[in-house]
Amino acid sequence: MRSKNIVGRIDIWLLIIYLALATIGLLSIYAAAYNEAHPHIYDLSQNYGKQLLFIGVSLVFGFAILLIDAKFFNAFAYVIYGLSILSLLLVLVVGSKISGSTSWIQFGPISFQPSELAKFGTALALAHYLGKLDTDITKLRTKLTTFGIVLLPMLLILAQGDAGSASVFIIFLLVIYREGMGGKLLIIGLSAATLFIVSLCVSKWYIMLSLVIVFAFFLLLINRTKKNILLLIGIFIVACAFVFSVDFAFNHVLKQHQRTRINIILGKEHDIKGVGYNLNQSMIAIGSGGFSGKGYLNGTMTKYNFVPEQHTDFIFCTVGEELGFMGSFFLIALYLALVLRIIHLAERQRSAFSRIYGYGIACIFFFHFAINIGMTIGLVPVIGIPLPFLSYGGSSLLMFSMMLFVFLKQDANRMNIL
Amino acid sequence: MIKNKINYSHRKYVIGSIFILVAVILLIKLFMIQIVDDSYKQSSDNNTLRYITQYPSRGKIYDRNGKLLVYNEAVYDLMIIPSQARNIDTAAFCKLLNISNETYNNNLKKAKRYSNITPSIFISQITKEEYGRIAEVLYHYPGFYFQTRAIRQYPKPIAAHTLGSIGEVTKPEMERDSYYNLGDYIGKSGIEKYYETELRGKKGIKITVVDVHNREKERFMNGEYDTLPVPGKDIILGLDADLQAYGEYLMAGKTGSIVAIEPTTGQILAMVSSPTYDPNELVGRTRGLRYSELLNDPDKPLINRAISGTYPPGSTFKMINGLISLQSGVITASTAYPCNGPNSVPIKCTHYHSSPVRLYDAIENSCNPYFWQAFQDMLNSRRFGSPREGFKFWYDNVTSFGLGRAFNSDIPFTVSGNIPKMEYYDKVYRGVWNAMTVRSLSIGQGEILVTPLQLANVAAAIGNEGYFYEPHYIKSFGDPNDSVSFEKHVIDIKKKHFQDVKKGMQSVFEGEHGTARMSKISDITVGGKTGTAENPHGPDHSIFMGFAPVDNPKIAIAVVVENAGFGSTWAAPIASLMIEKYIKGEVMRPNIEKRVLTLNQTEE
Repeated sequence: MRSKNIVGRIDIWLLIIYLALATIGLLSIYAAAYNEAHPHIYDLSQNYGKQLLFIGVSLVFGFAILLIDAKFFNAFAYVIYGLSILSLLLVLVVGSKISGSTSWIQFGPISFQPSELAKFGTALALAHYLGKLDTDITKLRTKLTTFGIVLLPMLLILAQGDAGSASVFIIFLLVIYREGMGGKLLIIGLSAATLFIVSLCVSKWYIMLSLVIVFAFFLLLINRTKKNILLLIGIFIVACAFVFSVDFAFNHVLKQHQRTRINIILGKEHDIKGVGYNLNQSMIAIGSGGFSGKGYLNGTMTKYNFVPEQHTDFIFCTVGEELGFMGSFFLIALYLALVLRIIHLAERQRSAFSRIYGYGIACIFFFHFAINIGMTIGLVPVIGIPLPFLSYGGSSLLMFSMMLFVFLKQDANRMNIL
Repeated sequence: MIKNKINYSHRKYVIGSIFILVAVILLIKLFMIQIVDDSYKQSSDNNTLRYITQYPSRGKIYDRNGKLLVYNEAVYDLMIIPSQARNIDTAAFCKLLNISNETYNNNLKKAKRYSNITPSIFISQITKEEYGRIAEVLYHYPGFYFQTRAIRQYPKPIAAHTLGSIGEVTKPEMERDSYYNLGDYIGKSGIEKYYETELRGKKGIKITVVDVHNREKERFMNGEYDTLPVPGKDIILGLDADLQAYGEYLMAGKTGSIVAIEPTTGQILAMVSSPTYDPNELVGRTRGLRYSELLNDPDKPLINRAISGTYPPGSTFKMINGLISLQSGVITASTAYPCNGPNSVPIKCTHYHSSPVRLYDAIENSCNPYFWQAFQDMLNSRRFGSPREGFKFWYDNVTSFGLGRAFNSDIPFTVSGNIPKMEYYDKVYRGVWNAMTVRSLSIGQGEILVTPLQLANVAAAIGNEGYFYEPHYIKSFGDPNDSVSFEKHVIDIKKKHFQDVKKGMQSVFEGEHGTARMSKISDITVGGKTGTAENPHGPDHSIFMGFAPVDNPKIAIAVVVENAGFGSTWAAPIASLMIEKYIKGEVMRPNIEKRVLTLNQTEE
């Protein structure tokens, strides 16, 4: 049954989904950047022509990866991770500023975003570390190392002022959770997230009041052993400290434009002409698509460039406006199929490295598509992260493709592992 | 290989559930804004932007005394954005616009070919009255709207060639300069062409939000992205409108031209090319039709003869030859040459006068033998060693008068005429030639060709006693801070020689035998020279060049009347009338004016 040919053994469904997404991306960029003077999609002077070139380059890299020995990425995981950390340090020194943050390195005509490489490197390093036979996840040392691997690139990216890309690393929590750590951690994480959002919306004194009521209620319900009471009081104090530190961080650590964006999402500010302009126009574009959309290349919002950065971070607007709810549904279903397929395949891996790596990239893809689409429809703050495989840009498309192809290779090779 | 660890694989369901849950949340929100909530759809409809070009007013043109020559009048262009022009009741629309269905389709096709989404002109230059009627109901027709623009108007029907005209921009012009869009106007000739960038100003853009009913709702982003048009600069010409009008009046029915220059500045006071046309004819929707009529007219009224007609200068050229001979030192003002009248060889004299003659008499009598001998002596002079060197001296001095080259100023399309080079004669006579071979040059015939503008410029240079400014139209811009300047040329001939020649030219009017004595003006001293130019195209051209007053001239003038005969019969009186008109402001010699007007070449 097993095909000797590597191409014959790769997961055809993942490949199809990948190609479908890249094609939708290309067509959407064509629609967004459509220029009557340059009607050909392969016109290299236009963004769509360039994207077509990027897709070609990504495929070449992808198939090259399929030919590399599967053990390569396990063996060189730390090297790649180390390189990505180095490039993150480098960007702090020689980076060029593009839209507010210093996160690009320029090599002549090519600009490259090290944070894209860092996502890949971190997924590899995490898989390598947790996949080692002698790693005992019950040990505190292991836990600290695991978090260290994730936090290091995250902090370096934060230092570039690119909070959006840094936030992606939060999703590795799910990978760590899968590998047995932090069942409680997830609950704590979710509670913290809820508390975080609530403390941004509501005055901290109201939250304190409600916390007191909630904990008093718990106190009535639980077994009032001395240990439980102390634990409850301890949690209460931590929760209060958290609320205060969020309040502090919001007012003193975040930059004004980030505060404004969050406030707009939370409905505390209405700013149609300023920072909220993107979001407002984006929602009008998507909302006006209706059930079946205005038809390909017929989006009026799209055509008249109402939505800034439409070919990059707001590419979903084109889909929403021109293809409507049906198109959006299809696209989201496609993304869901992608990530579910990856974790399904990850579970059948014999090697822990392959499995953890699979979860790593599934989570990265998931976070990107959820946050990106979420921000275009006003569910989350506008943080500039691309929609995987769709957004215009060589650096991100190439890295997303490489992440996927490394996994395809691991999966195709799974039978060769004892 | 799996160690005896706790198996956490059930957690994939938790993670998978989180993925699905989030996707569902996204879909619910999408469902809300795309299907449940209608307000976004309306917002989008209200969001069609219209970029309306704000045309600046084109600069006005005045004459030297502040009289208005060119101004603007508002007309309305019906614009179309093809992508928005949907569900048009074509029949009703055509009836409203008074156009055929075919025109409608053609114009639509043309607009679509240009661009589907950027506006272009559907019907241009709709009058105020039509505009009022159409604008009222235009909201029925989405994708159409009005844009105001100005066309050029000319209060006086004069100076068509000088002012030039504007017309719709052509494709090559659009490719050269991205400032222009389809249907924009651009200077095509004359002042309008040369000063296009100054006159046109800078377009502005008004961005408005338009709803589905084709109504402009509000300024986009409160006009933050609008730009204001910058009006074009006004231009004040050196032209004297009254003199120009009088010149055209005198030249009516004749073929030829008049050029008058202010010698001290080089500004054109009048430039008449006859036949001419009314500049108002090349304006508005009838422009194209009238233009091709003029283009096909056998009299070629579109050609500006003053700058592109080339003529042998004839006897008027003797001034230059005299000056060069004087400068060479071969003759002085008192050198005398014999004249055998009609029996002179190789060139006979057509005037009867005593012999021998000196410079003043030679000019007064336009004596051919005098100028031939002076020319011959100069070329053969030992000072130069050889006739070739002598010829070189002659050529260099002739061209220093601005002859044999096009002018470099704001007068477009000036032609260079012809002053033959030594190389030319080497080629024609295979290197064997001498003064005798090129004798025609001594009396301004042969290969020499000059334009009326060049001739007037020579008059200015002689009047100025040795310098001229590159002749030009403009006096100044409306804003005195924008200065204009043109090159000053100094001729390497002594002032004294000019004074001698001027004296001779004065006797052309005042001497007993002066060829222009009939055109004398009682209280203005005029220096000039008539010419009767033989030419291969028919009867002689009547030519005159001169200046007045002789001391500190205010006007230098050249007149050419094609195939009219003697210079003294037509060109000289016309020039004297122009001089009188300019200096006195009115003409006191009705008899001469009346006689000049009797020549009507078109009736022949």
